[in-house]
Amino acid sequence: MTGARTAPNGDGPLLDITGLAVDFDTEDGVVHAVKGVDLSLGAGEILALCGESGCGKSVTAMSIPGLLPRGARISGSVKLEGRELTTLPARALRDVRGKEISMVFQEPMTSLNPSFTVGYQLGEVLRRHEGMSRGQARARSVELLDLVGIPAPDRRIKEYPHQLSGGMRQRVMIAIAVACSPKVLIADEPTTALDVTIQAGVLDVFRDLRDRLGTAIILITHDLSVVADIADRAIVMYAGRAVEQAPVTELFARPRHPYTMGLMKALPAAVTAAGVGERPRLAEIPGMVPTPMTDPDECAFQPRCPRAEPDCTASRPILEKAVSESPADGHTVACFHPLEGEGR
Amino acid sequence: MTPVLEIDGLVKHFGAGRGQAVHAVDGASLSIAPGEVLGLVGESGSGKSTVGRCILRLTDPTAGTIRLDDTDITHLSRRALRPLRRDVHIVFQDPYSSLNPRFSVGRIVGEPLRRHRVASGRELADRVAAMLERVGLAASLSRRYPHELSGGQRQRVGLARSLILEPKLVVADEPVSALDVSVQASVLNLMTDLQRDMGFSCLFITHDLSVVKYLADRIAVMYLGQIVETGPAAEIFASPQHPYTQALLSAAPVPDPVEQRERSRVVLGGDIPSPLDPPAGCRFHTRCPVAVERCRTEEPALVSRRDGGGPVACHLVTGADVPDLTAI
Repeated sequence: MTGARTAPNGDGPLLDITGLAVDFDTEDGVVHAVKGVDLSLGAGEILALCGESGCGKSVTAMSIPGLLPRGARISGSVKLEGRELTTLPARALRDVRGKEISMVFQEPMTSLNPSFTVGYQLGEVLRRHEGMSRGQARARSVELLDLVGIPAPDRRIKEYPHQLSGGMRQRVMIAIAVACSPKVLIADEPTTALDVTIQAGVLDVFRDLRDRLGTAIILITHDLSVVADIADRAIVMYAGRAVEQAPVTELFARPRHPYTMGLMKALPAAVTAAGVGERPRLAEIPGMVPTPMTDPDECAFQPRCPRAEPDCTASRPILEKAVSESPADGHTVACFHPLEGEGR
Repeated sequence: MTPVLEIDGLVKHFGAGRGQAVHAVDGASLSIAPGEVLGLVGESGSGKSTVGRCILRLTDPTAGTIRLDDTDITHLSRRALRPLRRDVHIVFQDPYSSLNPRFSVGRIVGEPLRRHRVASGRELADRVAAMLERVGLAASLSRRYPHELSGGQRQRVGLARSLILEPKLVVADEPVSALDVSVQASVLNLMTDLQRDMGFSCLFITHDLSVVKYLADRIAVMYLGQIVETGPAAEIFASPQHPYTQALLSAAPVPDPVEQRERSRVVLGGDIPSPLDPPAGCRFHTRCPVAVERCRTEEPALVSRRDGGGPVACHLVTGADVPDLTAI
């Protein structure tokens, strides 16, 4: 059972990103993966970054703790509690990672070292970042495994990753990620490789961490039903930019950007509510995602957009307040001709 | 009407060394009527893909029978099987690894025609072009290679290859799971159109309940190598009977925050047990919230319910309706 939640408001955002852009040099030229993203995250907030493959959601997330591969060029600003992270020396950034910002990845099978026990890998983080003794680390490890819902944690810490199921491994990864009580947890498709019954339990762990430890979470996902289940607020990305941002209930009730609406209507669930077995046509989004090699000064979605007008190619829309008298505050959209908010 | 496919007591064990065996499929029975879409759902390790592979004889069953159009194909030799291969085709999940990267699109789609000596030369080229158009691809694409195509285009090529011989049965193993939502919608629309036009039967294997809800006429739910419930899709989604089906449906989130946050969920304890040593009695008893003593010792059979609903393999359901777990 989950109740409706609203984002708790602290004094200013915990994490503040402005004008984030990431380029990669490749053999074929420069790939503009992220082209200017503004994002803020409040304490204890669960923010979803969603969109389809290649929209730049993972690159945005990876650039926060400075985990981009060599060859990536990052510009813009990433501030954690007012401290600029993009210019931090590597050493200082290492301390931020793990202690203040930590990450959970999609693949729980390859993120753990197969030759060390769960207890060793969890304890290593505690000894290194928290300066705990072996005994302290062991006791804390048991607590952490218990926190993420692993039964018989005192027995589990002696096991190796291959002895655990996928869901259990992902719980261990989350335990490692929250070992030092980070302020921000970034989870990149954390349940995509898991079965739904396991996914439900892992999402409960995230909710629980937020409620009990006040951890703010950035959840990167392509799955709109996961967004609907857990996020307070969501940002929809397309071709390296945020195209819409709103509290989750508002976003699903009144999508404003034609792309967001397109995604929601393309889901099989959009038509099966009326009846099973009818097989009405699903709404398609014609065309393809534009190449990340160029960045013309126009709306990137315009070639595929059912609402496109001549002015959509004249300049690029920026993310701004959807409607001035909008009842739900904080709904922003980057579109010259947004939907009126008539619902799905 | 004779079913296009009938599987009876299918068993597939894979040797795992030291005298152990992975019980991938352990006594599965199902049938598909002409023109019917059967959704086979289950989580990873439930054995649903192995069922699909056994039907194609890509792997040989350990026991049980598989009948295609009343012909027992369980033990047919490769040679005897060849003419029957015209009637059954498979579409794989991964559009990247299921197309030969060294063949052009035209060669890939035309291969079944060549294999079965149905067409050659000009006629073959024409049929390939027509099939490509039918799946929404330009005929000029036939000179391209798989690496030049997008994921959605590749999956269309996979469909064209499977359908060019106008088979009676298509086994589709997670055909849209690797695709983005917008591409998935167009491939599902295409499959619906083609199925309506060509009338083939389809075993649609997936873990994605929203997709089967959209596409399937009937559903079979698998757990740990066995089918625990089957029935018309509308019925299963409206009132799932088996405790596992209930848990599965309730765990899958819906893309609507208001509705999703109101739903109650059946929480399953523990993990799916190892298929090396499946539990005695009902295989689901280790995680079932309503299991009783009998479930631990006696294996329930897949039998029809008294009220005439679809068959369920549960001691608690077959007598009377199982308690609604979401209300507990």
